[in-house]
Amino acid sequence: MNDIVEGLWQAARLVVTLDPGLAEITLRSLQVTVTATVIASAIGLPMGAWIAVNRFRLRRFAIAILNALMGLPPVVVGLIVYVLLSRSGPLGVLGLLFTPTAMIIAQVIIITPIIASISHQAIRELWADYHDLLISLHATRAQRIKTLLWDGRRALMTASLAGFGRAIGEVGAIMIVGGNIDHATRVLTTAIALETGKGDFGLALALGFVLIALAIAVNLALHMLSGTERGSRW
Amino acid sequence: MVSAILPLVLEDVELRRQGKRILGPVSLTLEGEGITVVMGPNGAGKTSLLRAMHGLERINRGRAVWQGGAEDVRARQAFVFQTPVLMRRSVLDCIAYPLILDGVARRDARARGEAAAEEVGLHVTLSAPVSVLSGGERQKMALARALIRAPEVLFLDEPCANLDLHSTAEIERVLTAARDRGTRIVMSTHNVGQARRLADDILFLFDGRLIETGSGDAFFAGPGTPEARAHINGDLLP
Amino acid sequence: MMFKTAFAALSALWLATAAGAEELKMAVTTSFANSGLAEVLLPEIQKDTGIEVQLLVVGTGQALKLGEAGDVDAVLVHAKAAEEAFVEAGNATHRREIMYNDFVVVGPAGDPAGAKAAGSASEAFALIEEAQAPFVSRGDDSGTHKAELKIWASAGIEPAGDWYKAVGQGMGAALNTAAGMDAYIFADRASWLNFDNKAGLDLLFQGDPALFNQYAYLPVNPEKHAHVKADAAKALEDWLVSDKAKGLIEGYQIGGQKLFHFNAEAM
Repeated sequence: MNDIVEGLWQAARLVVTLDPGLAEITLRSLQVTVTATVIASAIGLPMGAWIAVNRFRLRRFAIAILNALMGLPPVVVGLIVYVLLSRSGPLGVLGLLFTPTAMIIAQVIIITPIIASISHQAIRELWADYHDLLISLHATRAQRIKTLLWDGRRALMTASLAGFGRAIGEVGAIMIVGGNIDHATRVLTTAIALETGKGDFGLALALGFVLIALAIAVNLALHMLSGTERGSRW
Repeated sequence: MVSAILPLVLEDVELRRQGKRILGPVSLTLEGEGITVVMGPNGAGKTSLLRAMHGLERINRGRAVWQGGAEDVRARQAFVFQTPVLMRRSVLDCIAYPLILDGVARRDARARGEAAAEEVGLHVTLSAPVSVLSGGERQKMALARALIRAPEVLFLDEPCANLDLHSTAEIERVLTAARDRGTRIVMSTHNVGQARRLADDILFLFDGRLIETGSGDAFFAGPGTPEARAHINGDLLP
Repeated sequence: MMFKTAFAALSALWLATAAGAEELKMAVTTSFANSGLAEVLLPEIQKDTGIEVQLLVVGTGQALKLGEAGDVDAVLVHAKAAEEAFVEAGNATHRREIMYNDFVVVGPAGDPAGAKAAGSASEAFALIEEAQAPFVSRGDDSGTHKAELKIWASAGIEPAGDWYKAVGQGMGAALNTAAGMDAYIFADRASWLNFDNKAGLDLLFQGDPALFNQYAYLPVNPEKHAHVKADAAKALEDWLVSDKAKGLIEGYQIGGQKLFHFNAEAM
């Protein structure tokens, strides 16, 4: 209990004094996870919509795989990316291991299935509503997907936010592929793991609270942005 | 003016769903001008017939052939569903949507959308979300959306179900005006009075089969089948 | 508008973290990183050589693996036999001893096994085994784990049973576990002194030469991995054996205790 109070107090102190170390790892957390979320959304949202709209032979299979991939243990993803990016691995020449890029790659792999799966659910419902109209209006495949993505944008934002939430709090994969290098690949979650290892629960908790606050702030900011949109247009 | 995509010829069209025959076999030719009203009791296959003509249903047997032949004939038709499809957009964007698909610039599409709303007598805040509209207003929105591409053939499935007299009259006015401009209209209705007012031709369906066809005047003067007679008179069939 | 904002924010994030100096990746053991010595040395290294040393903190086993795969430019670990095999296999050009610190036996302040009175490290271990007192082992193939196993072997004991708990984690996590269970644990002095969650634990046994812990520097062989920064690794080695490094290493203290003993020899 004492640790929690101490952690809250320390978190407040770190934030109020704009601790440069904290600012650095917080920014890097954001940089890695926001980038991963944008990339994963660019892949996952259209993929979810495409699966919802098209009937193809392995559709059920694809959906089952997608749902299974949602539960992929990050450590396994981390290991696979690690082995691929290692200098002795197939993509070793790129020299990406232990860089923020490697962390982004791992996070993209972790959250793309989540974003695709949630967007598939949302788009499927919308598609059920729109199906007859879009077919009747002779909309092309691309037009159908574009329309569904646009009209389902708020549900899709939720999908992206779910991916963001999972990525920002993820530690297993990015620890392995990033290496938790100070001033290079250390982010909030790996710093928390490090401080816990040092037995400094106060600082670890403080960083944890900052992480929670960050996740809430990003969610609120996006909902406010989409809120203004609703006020004026929809 | 007769539409270039007509005639539409249905040859022994049959629809089956889950092993059950829901329509057909039906053979007919749709051509000329005017309003064709599809009548018949619930479950007779009115909606299925309209959807099959428009190309929304998979036909299990027989075929439906438009004069135009190519698949893009559907873009020259329009369909108003019994329950209007509400897109998650503003009223104006819903109406203008078909033009956006056609690649019309947003500004022009909206201007034409406003004109279409005016034409169907839809006097609401066009920037409001379409979900706030009443039942009658939604039906007018759907009608405006269907008319905005100036379709050559217009299908309507029970366009006035659940509407009050005033809304019904307005929609009938719009439909008559469209017919007079040369739009070929095929609609289903339960409302015998409406059929009497609008029908140039009648298609009477019973149990998935087309059991009576003819001009509206002849049909209402003396229906040839007991089923049609009972339907017009409002009798309860055993 | 939303996308534009997001894009602007994203670009700002990227720009905020642009890198500058020459970077060198070095795999080091948790015990070295936890000592806090790195925080003293790295800024000085950057100042003197312009090299930004990026530390990958892992166990000795993984550190050597990273070197073998060519994923780091140099390795600083403490497991002599494994290091020599590493050089033997051509993974490093050579092995250079830099400094040593020592291991300690930590346990519940009450010392139920009486390890405090032991005459040697192996006797202390034998007493713990005799008392069947709970003992937390790293169990992760790290240098510390290997050193611990060596002492069990010298005591003629094969540790096994309910009382022997191999956690398979780093030093900090193992110390946390020991603190939570009031168990004995074999730790390096630096990690122990820097550990904040001591709870009911106390330092019980130290000073046996068998507990000395030699750190050696291994530059990864550029003949095996052409991309490694051999020049930077050489510059770092020269700095690590310099008089300046000696002063910093010898002068490093935690709670008034000297941690490391510099013993690099001129080549």
